[in-house]
Amino acid sequence: MNGPARTLRRLLGQRDLQLMALLGLAWMVIFNYLPMYGIFIAFKNFNILKPVWAAPWAGLEHFREFFTDGSFVRVMRNTLGINGLRLAIGFPLPIIFAILLSELVWPGIKRAVQTISYLPHFISWVILGGLLVTWLSDVGIVNAILLKLRVIREPIFYLAEPRYFWWIAVVSDIWKELGWSAIIYLAAITGIDPQLYEAATIDGATRLQKTRYVTVPCIRGAIAIMFVLTVSYLLNSNFDQIFVLKNQLNVPASDVIDIYVYRMGLQAGRFSYSTAIGLFKSVIALGLLLLSNRVARRLMGSSIF
Amino acid sequence: MQARRLSLFDAVNLLVMLGVVFATLYPFWFVIVNSLNEGMDSLRGGIYWWPRIFSLENYAIVFKDASILRAFAVSVLRTVTATTVTVFFTAMVAYALSKRQLLGRKAYMAVGTVTLFFGGGLIPYFLLIRSLGLLDSFFVYVYPTMFSFYNLLIFQAFFREIPAELEESAWIDGAGNFRIFLQLTIPLSGPVLATIALFVGVYNWNDYFFGIIFINNAKLQPIQTFLYRVIAESQSGQMVSAILSSAVQARRITAQGIRMATMVAATAPILFVYPFLQRYFVKGMLLGSIKG
Repeated sequence: MNGPARTLRRLLGQRDLQLMALLGLAWMVIFNYLPMYGIFIAFKNFNILKPVWAAPWAGLEHFREFFTDGSFVRVMRNTLGINGLRLAIGFPLPIIFAILLSELVWPGIKRAVQTISYLPHFISWVILGGLLVTWLSDVGIVNAILLKLRVIREPIFYLAEPRYFWWIAVVSDIWKELGWSAIIYLAAITGIDPQLYEAATIDGATRLQKTRYVTVPCIRGAIAIMFVLTVSYLLNSNFDQIFVLKNQLNVPASDVIDIYVYRMGLQAGRFSYSTAIGLFKSVIALGLLLLSNRVARRLMGSSIF
Repeated sequence: MQARRLSLFDAVNLLVMLGVVFATLYPFWFVIVNSLNEGMDSLRGGIYWWPRIFSLENYAIVFKDASILRAFAVSVLRTVTATTVTVFFTAMVAYALSKRQLLGRKAYMAVGTVTLFFGGGLIPYFLLIRSLGLLDSFFVYVYPTMFSFYNLLIFQAFFREIPAELEESAWIDGAGNFRIFLQLTIPLSGPVLATIALFVGVYNWNDYFFGIIFINNAKLQPIQTFLYRVIAESQSGQMVSAILSSAVQARRITAQGIRMATMVAATAPILFVYPFLQRYFVKGMLLGSIKG
């Protein structure tokens, strides 16, 4: 029997299996690949009232507009500002937290702290945002404490002042994700061979030295993976978070790329323009992923692919 | 580990950890206490540890309000439907793609892997949902999220651990793939089903964005979207009242008690399942990051 006929017979023989796989494929074609195909409206002047094919071509006009109309600088500044702070503070903290937690000598307390610490990860940003709006208002708890400590004289409406926004976004994000992000490091620490610590003890290493020369090198792989992922998300904002915390007064600091795409696309109806911005972001993100992966492989000896 | 004397470091470390625990739990406490305080009295502020005037009135209002109850019903229906469909559909595709004999397996995997790294973005996605007729439809909560290649990889990692002999004996009995999947693979996959169901369930319960961009009909909005609108309103209310009279202020803080009660009610289901299922969360996170 020749090749194609045999393949066909095998296909028929596994038709139930193929049907299962094809259903998955069909879903991906519709919900993943059709939107990718839809990106081409970034190069057109699409109007929602007319079919896509009838829209006139625009070339790179929308990209040119984005780079020159002043919005580019503002949204990039906010996106990189918030994510840069998040990388600088929010990236090392879970590692430190995991190491400190693993150094706790009471196993019961250790487990309890860990369990409690990742609870906030499962709370929606709407709930946390609602709480922040209350806490940061002029009569909220933050003003009450700072007034009592005489740090400030007049209550401040924090969410109305752009200069506080980045910090509010970064700190609340750390509050929510600290414990959850530490899980991967904790697992890596648990996986370290106890003999390494015993050998270090025999050599007279102090606890700090054991952390420095055993724990940290052993979890380097996990750190590298998380670093690659974090850097590749530098242009992705936490949309759910910023969407809740933004308001008309803090726009100068809260207008990140993702929010701008939403505002321009779904609120102002400029579909082609905001698709172009989204495409720009996707391409840069892919580049960042490849770049940070290479850097991690060079510096840490491990990477995600 | 041998017993050793507690050092200063241990004491400080314990204090730091207790600080983290406090910072984690206090916001929950704050919301609960404020939801249990009488609305007008909240005006004076300063309720941090215990209700000053205990009252269940806020909850009474929340559980009598037809639109809040309806939003809760939408959330429950959405979460149950979407989670069930997502778990079974993703598991089924993962089952097929985990079979070595599947013709074109590599191509299927390649098609899926691309979706991990690249997508169309918000606007093409919105236009797709619109042209599929899913705007203002309950099914927008189900179809667009019922599959993800990432979850498929987690399923696959688990399915590979199932001993092949079990399936072989089923084959000899003449069972087809659908029967093996439903009667053998699914019953053996309890932990991974629970893990994915939890992630998907929490996502669906917490999501408010779909309700904002794809739903105009207020009757179809889930509780999180409802809360979002209330909070957005109170934000602009605050900005107005920062300039305006204290009458506006009075109204907004009375509403605050009701908001707090709704927040407690919207978080309660998660707090309720959390202690029982938290070990699956951890397992899922690790499986995911190994694959990722």
